[in-house]
Amino acid sequence: MNIPFSYIFRNLWARKLTTLLTAGGMALVVFVFAAVQMLDAGLRQTMVGTGSYDNVVFIRKGSETEIQSGIYRDQAALIESLPQVARDEQGKPMASKESLVLISLIKRGQDKASNIVTRGLSPIGLVLRPQVRIAEGRMFRPGSSEIVVGKNVYDGFEGVGIGEKLRFAQRDWTVVGYFDGGKSGFDSEVWGDAEQLMQAFRRINYSSVIIKLSDAGNFDTVAKDVDDDIRLALQGKREQLFYEDQSRTLSNFIFYLGTVLSIIFSLGAIIGAAITMYSSVAMRTAEIGTLRALGFRRLSILIAFLTESLLLGLVGGLAGLCFASLLQTTTISTLNMQSFSQLAFGFVLTPKIFMVTVFFSMFMGFIGGFLPALKASRMKIVDSLRAA
Amino acid sequence: MFFFKLIFKNVFRAKLRSTLTIVGLVISIVAFGLLQTVVNAWFAGSNAASSSRLVTRNAISLVFPMPGYYRERIRSVEGVKAVTVSNWFGGIYKEPRNFFPQFAVDHDNFFDLYPEFLMPDEQLLAFKRDRQGAAVGRKLADEFGWKIGDTIPIKGTIYSGNWNLNIRAIFDGKDDTTITRQLYFHWDYVNEWIKQKYPRRGDQIGIFLIEVSDPARTADIAKAIDNQFKNSLAETLTESEKAFQLGFIAQSETIVMAIRIVSFVVIFIIMAVVANTMAMAARERLAEYATFKALGFSPSFVAALIFGEAMMLSMVGAGIGIVLTFPIAKIFGMAVSALFPIFKVSLDTVLLQIACTAAVGVAAALVPSWRSANIRIVDGLRHIG
Repeated sequence: MNIPFSYIFRNLWARKLTTLLTAGGMALVVFVFAAVQMLDAGLRQTMVGTGSYDNVVFIRKGSETEIQSGIYRDQAALIESLPQVARDEQGKPMASKESLVLISLIKRGQDKASNIVTRGLSPIGLVLRPQVRIAEGRMFRPGSSEIVVGKNVYDGFEGVGIGEKLRFAQRDWTVVGYFDGGKSGFDSEVWGDAEQLMQAFRRINYSSVIIKLSDAGNFDTVAKDVDDDIRLALQGKREQLFYEDQSRTLSNFIFYLGTVLSIIFSLGAIIGAAITMYSSVAMRTAEIGTLRALGFRRLSILIAFLTESLLLGLVGGLAGLCFASLLQTTTISTLNMQSFSQLAFGFVLTPKIFMVTVFFSMFMGFIGGFLPALKASRMKIVDSLRAA
Repeated sequence: MFFFKLIFKNVFRAKLRSTLTIVGLVISIVAFGLLQTVVNAWFAGSNAASSSRLVTRNAISLVFPMPGYYRERIRSVEGVKAVTVSNWFGGIYKEPRNFFPQFAVDHDNFFDLYPEFLMPDEQLLAFKRDRQGAAVGRKLADEFGWKIGDTIPIKGTIYSGNWNLNIRAIFDGKDDTTITRQLYFHWDYVNEWIKQKYPRRGDQIGIFLIEVSDPARTADIAKAIDNQFKNSLAETLTESEKAFQLGFIAQSETIVMAIRIVSFVVIFIIMAVVANTMAMAARERLAEYATFKALGFSPSFVAALIFGEAMMLSMVGAGIGIVLTFPIAKIFGMAVSALFPIFKVSLDTVLLQIACTAAVGVAAALVPSWRSANIRIVDGLRHIG
């Protein structure tokens, strides 16, 4: 026969301060654990959302980012005329020849400048990013010194309000609108006309060419064709993979730092749980003796104390998750080491993270409660009854 | 004396509980120390910066170069003592994970501006004489086992192709704030290659490093330099080396901030654990404390007893933790030397650890001591744990 659940629950309720402190310690650990996972998930979501599966990005061989790359006009024209490139209604190839530069903008509430990607696009470039739409104002006009800024740049940086002018490369660039990139990396970019930006910066080559495949399955053939063409010396990657690779270092950094922290912190919380459970057992020695005398088995006692400890973990875990889920409303902007520019992303609570976190908190409770529960179940009836 | 003996006995009355609490404290104090050291390591570059050096870069952003002839014009600015050039090379040694910074510099006078890098004169001379020569820091040389005379292949990412460099000099740092995990080689070697391959992109400089004659006038000199290039194709931004380094840190400030916050979270966690221990101890001994009061001891004596116990518990844990921080930081520092070339526990960190310990002790004793001091003697005597 098992010990009733209400008995277990009331034991926790009877010592509120201790329960609160132990569960509070666990909640903090769970908060850090969940926050890190959510941040990593947010980063991944942003980077995956930036690329489309049927788009291909071409950059110079040997370079790792668009900033390092350079593609000559004749090379770009060759890419554009590949048979695998999709065509729009007017029969024009769906290829955007783009030019990237980094400019410095001041973050709100800071006096230091941060690097922002400024992307020059061909008119077709917008069609290749269906997730991007203008939130306010209008799109820049091709052939003019107009720019639009991403949502996170608009929210997080100084001097980019609609109608304001940014000065770089000896020109004033008017901000005519801001766009919502659907939580993608484009939200951290400034967009303008490729030809205008290249002229202003005295550039002769593009940074990258992005094409849309007429058939998403054609990637391997187009990658091979480009690889084999000695005039090109370019490499192609699916846009999704390209952006995922761009943030790999940052993602690994967050993941490893978070894992190490969570492990160290969880040791503290497990010790907290063990202290609580040990004293819970010590204080109830006579009670345990009585239970055993009433006919409850050793296993039932073990289960009862383990359940109590698991419950403690669960309470802490859920409280930690509650706080962590509040983070979902915030966005953080930091340096992506690989592209050397600012990237903004949020915290995302996925069902998987929820499950893993709950499991993690109960695991802490289990480890912390196991030895005390074992001790309780091994007590001899006579000795424990006498202890009181 | 009696008082301290009592406290001491109390601490170790529940041996298992006290031991567990102390272990928890040790872990937290070590974790806190490590995290603080990580934050400090982030600022290592700016701490090593000299106040008599300025950095000039393209005002638009660092990735844009400036024409090479700027050098002569900067030199002509009043108050400038010497100018040298440096360019980020961004190459890969064998694998991307072997990351270390490489700078293509003016071999002739770069090390004159950086007296904190120490090397024998004959090595410096050998470095200057070999166009493919490289000077590497001690830490880097030790990490990859390089010796003078070795040839190392570097794969260019910005400047494509394979670059073979001969190690001609290995330099040490003047003191332990000097970073020696980087490589310097000849800018001319790169520039010749660029001129051959992309004639238009030749003679372009990433940053100029400037030594001023009077460190007190750096702000004026920086302004004078920037004024030289107003309204030109490549406007410049000149700032002190320290500000330049801090600019890098500011870009990833959110992460530094997060680590800072998290390092205090661990203190809160241990606060909860110690507070729990004290709450349980006080509850068990409520009858005992009531007896003290019945015998005529004042409530403040009882409170002091609990405070003393909490402080002693946290001090023992923190003491062990602080001592352990040093060897653990050393091992940890070796593992992350690619990310943080300088990883040292500072005095400030130790002081912070002590301050946090005191805070933990006080916070943990607060509620139990108040309760025990204020309980009515009758209730206390009647209490069963």
